[in-house]
Amino acid sequence: MSTNSTRLDARIPDGNLQDKWSNHKGSIKLVNPANKRKYKVIVVGTGLAGGAAAATLAELGYNVQSFCIQDSPRRAHSVAAQGGINAAKNYQNDGDSEYRLFYDTIKGGDYRAREANVYRLAQLSTSIIDQCVAAGVPFAREYGGTLANRSFGGAQVSRTFYARGQTGQQLLLGAYSGLMRQVDAGRVELFSRREMLELVMVEGRARGIICRNLVTGEVEKYAADAVCIATGGYSTVFFLSTMAVNCNASAIWRCYKHGAMFGNPCFTQIHPTCLPQSGKDQSKLTLMSESLRNDGRVWVPKTKGDKRPPQDIPESERDYYLERKYPAFGNLAPRDIASRAAKEVCDAGYGVGPTGYSVYLDFGEAVDRLGEKTIRERYGNLFSMYHEITDEDPYRQPMRIYPAPHYTMGGLWVDYNLMTTVPGLYALGEANFSDHGANRLGASALMQGLADGYFVLPTTISDYLAEHRPDGLTADDAAFDASMKQVSDRTQRLLSVNGKKTVREYHWQLGRILWEEVGMARHDKGLKSAISDIQSLRQDFWNDVQIGGQGEEFNKNLEFAGRVADFLELGELMARDALERKESCGGHFRTEYQTDDGEALRNDEDFCHVAAWEYQGEDAVPARHTESLDFENVKLSQRSYK
Amino acid sequence: MKFTLNVWRQEGPTASGRFEDYQVTDIAPEMSFLEMLDALNEQLVQQGKRAVEFDSDCREGICGTCGLVINGKAHGPKQACTTCELRMRHYSDGSTITVEPFRATGFPVIRDLVVDRSAFDRIIAAGGYISTNTGSAPDANAIPIAKAIAEKAMDSAACIGCGACVAACPNASASLFVGAKLNQLSLLPQGEAERGRRAVRMVEQMDAEGFGNCSNHGECEAACPKEISIKVISRMRRDALRASFGRL
Ligand SMILES: Cc1cc2nc3c(=O)[nH]c(=O)nc-3n(C[C@H](O)[C@H](O)[C@H](O)COP(=O)(O)OP(=O)(O)OC[C@H]3O[C@@H](n4cnc5c(N)ncnc54)[C@H](O)[C@@H]3O)c2cc1C
Ligand code: FES
Repeated sequence: MSTNSTRLDARIPDGNLQDKWSNHKGSIKLVNPANKRKYKVIVVGTGLAGGAAAATLAELGYNVQSFCIQDSPRRAHSVAAQGGINAAKNYQNDGDSEYRLFYDTIKGGDYRAREANVYRLAQLSTSIIDQCVAAGVPFAREYGGTLANRSFGGAQVSRTFYARGQTGQQLLLGAYSGLMRQVDAGRVELFSRREMLELVMVEGRARGIICRNLVTGEVEKYAADAVCIATGGYSTVFFLSTMAVNCNASAIWRCYKHGAMFGNPCFTQIHPTCLPQSGKDQSKLTLMSESLRNDGRVWVPKTKGDKRPPQDIPESERDYYLERKYPAFGNLAPRDIASRAAKEVCDAGYGVGPTGYSVYLDFGEAVDRLGEKTIRERYGNLFSMYHEITDEDPYRQPMRIYPAPHYTMGGLWVDYNLMTTVPGLYALGEANFSDHGANRLGASALMQGLADGYFVLPTTISDYLAEHRPDGLTADDAAFDASMKQVSDRTQRLLSVNGKKTVREYHWQLGRILWEEVGMARHDKGLKSAISDIQSLRQDFWNDVQIGGQGEEFNKNLEFAGRVADFLELGELMARDALERKESCGGHFRTEYQTDDGEALRNDEDFCHVAAWEYQGEDAVPARHTESLDFENVKLSQRSYK
Repeated sequence: MKFTLNVWRQEGPTASGRFEDYQVTDIAPEMSFLEMLDALNEQLVQQGKRAVEFDSDCREGICGTCGLVINGKAHGPKQACTTCELRMRHYSDGSTITVEPFRATGFPVIRDLVVDRSAFDRIIAAGGYISTNTGSAPDANAIPIAKAIAEKAMDSAACIGCGACVAACPNASASLFVGAKLNQLSLLPQGEAERGRRAVRMVEQMDAEGFGNCSNHGECEAACPKEISIKVISRMRRDALRASFGRL
């Protein structure tokens, strides 16, 4: 049932790891500068990946059309990233290097990412910082005027660049300003409040997209020479996640249905430091930056069900379980490990708070050591955010946190050029599966999004475009009308169900199933039941959902309904992927496969590969292909943070 | 908790709008204002009625998508707080709350509480950037920038582009928004080369979009969820004026 597919040619260049990217750049086919303006490139998404790519492609001379769901490209979900962005600048002289960043990322991903991609990422990381500073990103600085760094997300060197707690916002505004400069120059045409709902294929190549205009509800068609998907991650499939409410999988799901394989769909990241769930009315979960773990200590009472307020529990009756289990990394253990540890103590009955599903993150010791003023300087905005949401003052009592879905390492399978298995269709940023393996390290998603957008895609795309000259195809081609009809038919189908349950209700139920069975701990039986539960929930959705309103008008509920319909299919694929990967690695923890002391037990013999799923039709089981991962530069070892 | 909501409903840009009353019950104090509206919409959809349209995305105060005028105040009563961050515990149980869109000539209503803020994008396109092509940058530490300057630039760069400044201003001026961007870029050495041209073009575009003039009411600063100082406006004026005389 799994095949090591010849169709999954990652096209990794020859040569030493260090030389692959420069060799590759030297051998890529180029498009004559005078001809570039004859090409049209569609970029869907205006986050770090899409915004940077659209701006850079336009600078190179291509004609670009840029699409996003929000009313402005500046609001893409990248804006919400708090902590920072990694780069191997070694400005702190603390032993960092391209190799070390590469190694940390490969190890952090539990040896399930491609060496060549990750090394390229580490190499490009330094140019990203240069580019952002030139574009006016006000990174934090030292008194001497040089850039400041901090250590983040479990790294043992200080390589994270940041702009207060708003790094994502500042990087995005940098990319956005570059994009608007190209709009000004007439080389980018901007389409906001558009949702891509179909990919248009002509003669086996990606040649355009169909969008719904979210203001008028009209269905629109756009033709191009290549299509780039930078639509972000899909952890909103869990309903409650740290992602923005409009994040969705619809664009990549459409591509999947047209033959773009889906890589490692079950690899999701559950972030350890989020505000705990409170009730059914909650719309999303709030992330508390991981930087808090630099000074906060995580603990639960040593006695089950201890209901005393935290300040009444003496030191000797507290279990600082991360420090106990992982003395070397302590509270800074990687995300997957910290999250699972929290779940374990709560499942065992030691959790705190009204639901018993949260743990303390305590700054008491840090306040004593550093003074409240220092803590306020470091985390003031996070503390006030926490205070506002919970009505509890974290300077007086410990925060309560619990893990929440946060990031998806899975996504469209791409080769070294970022091309999917569909010719002319590219995927970048969180939308692809590429660089983080089974677990992403903190501050490396921003790095990957910008590496893909500023440097990789604009270089590699010419290899394809040079071979596929503009042929005069326009959106008048019959293929576009056929795709438009599919989109309108689907909208009609959704609206005509006219049942009794709301979209939100279905999304919530799907989220429960995934959280329980395809969340932090997974096992054979649970995954099988998740698959059948999702199937029946999907059936129920198409029989009983109530949306209201019309297709040809502004209708947010309809937008959400379409996204949830896709999530109801994607959720099943996630469960299938998790079921077939009979090992534990990174964020994918199968309870059947663990070491004696409860750590993830990889099976390199049988699963040192990427699983890429190929759509086989409406109710057919998708085909699982594999791309084996060859490690020539690092030795596979059991990850240890003890 | 329960509330009576007095909500602005408007079918489309050209339709005339009206207020409608709704009751919501079972609202928990820790719910956000938008979660409360979610609850209202669940209720409306179940009754087969059209949901109240409103914009939001990040729901944590950083994307600038949300924005409502609540009881006459842009983003509600709390300082330095966006609509999505506002919690219901700030309202007394049983009270009546009026909810309107951000109104301004430059922000036409699309539907209900959703407005069109694309004018802001066009203002940024008129020079709100530093002209640098990808790949051409020198090493990031090549030009030192004093910490205090970087911090000031960051204060201005914190703008989320929500438009509360416009909604709060009696003249519906966008000066705080424009001033913030100009201030950020002109403080940084990288932005110096285009400083004058940028100021002139962005101010011209702001006027062309139908935003009013600033007459120093200061309502913008009070409404700004990111507490951007009104000082950025005087700097904007100075730069635009000096540049128009060719002195910048
Ligand atoms: C709360 C939070 C904090 C984070 N903090 C950090 C951090 O400190 N460091 C770090 O490295 N990473 C962080 N991450 C992860 C990181 O922010 C994201 O992985 C990254 O920004 C994704 O960028 P992107 O460009 O791929 O996609 P996004 O920024 O998500 O952009 C997606 C774009 O696609 C558009 N789009 C989506 N679907 C469609 C469609 N169907 N049609 C048209 N357009 C569509 C959207 O409108 C948007 O413009 C954080 C994530 C979260 C949730
Ligand atoms: S929804 Fe993003 S700021 Fe309110």
